[in-house]
Amino acid sequence: MEIVLDVLLFVAAVLLIMGLRQLSNPDTASKGNSLAAFALFLGIVVSLVYPLETASNNYLYISVGIAVGAAIGLLSAKKVAMTAMPEMVSLFNGFGGLSAGLISLVWLINNKAAGQATEMGIVLLNLFLGLVAFIGSLVAYGKLSGKLKDGHLRIPFSTLVNLVLLLAAIAAIVVFSYNGMLTHVQLTVFAVVALLYGITFVAPIGGADMPVVISLLNSLTGITAAISGILTDNKLMLLGGVLVGSSGIILTLLMCKAMNRPLLSVIFGSFSSSKGEGLEVNGNIKEISCADLAIQLAYSDRVCIIPGYGMAVAQAQKVVKEVEVILEERGVEFKYAIHPVAGRMPGHMNVLLAEADVSYDKLLDLDDANSYLETTDVAIVVGANDVVNPSALEDPNSKIYGMPILDLAKTKNVVVLKRSMNPGYAGIQNPLFFKDNNKMLFGDAKKTLQLILSELKAA
Amino acid sequence: MNEILNFLSDNLDVIYILTFAIFLGFEVISKIPTVLHTPLMSGSNAISGVVLIGAILLIRVTEPNNYLALAIATLGIVLGTINLVGGFAVTRRMLEMFKNKKTK
Repeated sequence: MEIVLDVLLFVAAVLLIMGLRQLSNPDTASKGNSLAAFALFLGIVVSLVYPLETASNNYLYISVGIAVGAAIGLLSAKKVAMTAMPEMVSLFNGFGGLSAGLISLVWLINNKAAGQATEMGIVLLNLFLGLVAFIGSLVAYGKLSGKLKDGHLRIPFSTLVNLVLLLAAIAAIVVFSYNGMLTHVQLTVFAVVALLYGITFVAPIGGADMPVVISLLNSLTGITAAISGILTDNKLMLLGGVLVGSSGIILTLLMCKAMNRPLLSVIFGSFSSSKGEGLEVNGNIKEISCADLAIQLAYSDRVCIIPGYGMAVAQAQKVVKEVEVILEERGVEFKYAIHPVAGRMPGHMNVLLAEADVSYDKLLDLDDANSYLETTDVAIVVGANDVVNPSALEDPNSKIYGMPILDLAKTKNVVVLKRSMNPGYAGIQNPLFFKDNNKMLFGDAKKTLQLILSELKAA
Repeated sequence: MNEILNFLSDNLDVIYILTFAIFLGFEVISKIPTVLHTPLMSGSNAISGVVLIGAILLIRVTEPNNYLALAIATLGIVLGTINLVGGFAVTRRMLEMFKNKKTK
């Protein structure tokens, strides 16, 4: 019996790897997702019937827990708007982290006799990482959903506080590992330190760094899952967790590379919570009307849309698609320039545009987009800001200096759709708005585009 | 120090798996196109719902009258399941959108 279950668990592990592999290819991604889900399902079934010593099973609690969790998970996955996807993923991730933390707690309650020092260390490390992933994801959720502004959670000397909390946690893990059991007070203090660290870790990070944090937290939950796997001696958990952990790290590094910033500077840099200084930019901005822009678009050869988080906020992706259709009927070439860190999570813009049925051969990545933009007649910036900020190329004092951007210097006409002259999420003034080839069109991006659309239809 | 050495020799197979899995993770995911960043992230996020297995294994060996442990473990199961089921469902929804366009 046992050997059959062991083999099944091994099969599940292989399926999981295959699923993840397929998930990284556009043609097979959907199959890969189902395969990975099936692999975990298999693993869960095995864990339910696997013979354990002194098992009281408690199946009632398990089935209630799974039923409630599945219902909540399915419902929220079904109801969430595509624009709210980053928040949702953060929230799910936080739940996973807390679940791992709770596993440590249950282990501590169940194993009253002091365990080996190393085992104890693993339990505490898992508790710490799980709680950090949980509260960190919650803070990220708050930021992404706009419930928590970057300025709200300003922590004085955050880097120092961070470091002190982290060192305290490490010291506690080491000391408690050798002491064996913890008292309730010690455990509570330890948990509070972990939670505080989670908050001070994520709170100062914001703005364009958000996609980095999201994938970092994702990776962290994977690591706690792997550690929980060591704790409960389950190879599938170990493997799954490590795979998530390492793939999360890859994605994190990719995002960092897209911003030309080392990971440590993202973590300790407090990107946007500090006041933006940089160069004072002064100059005249020119405005354009919807009607003029519509005419300009209709007589262009090549048009390029540069979407950003503002497009998600204004829910403008579907109108953009309609503009694409009507202009293509007129023979205008229409593309989208996607910056790797546009939006608030990796690949955010791609998902939004996919929702609006934009075909993905129209989406240009950074290098292709930049060569395309050199010959573009009209580039429309829809709710993007920092990813088109020329300070990254021109101003060594700027906080985003060195970050690869979508370069609009050679584009014939640039039109920025923007609510107001407020600086972007990163709090940095954008000299693009004052360039000669740039015009501003103020207002809600969706409404503006709808006006342009009706002008185009009338033309 | 001895403790750690003992742990290492007791868990050598775990260490093997750990090491290989790290490399495997890097290899499997090394070159993903930007289109798939979000689905991959939410898919792997769903996979971290594998913690559910740990919660199940632990609650099965919890004494039936230890209500504190049972409550915590049940909460762990609920949260793990939300992560797992919700994660896969959301990823599926995203990938459906990509698929629809291919056939067009």
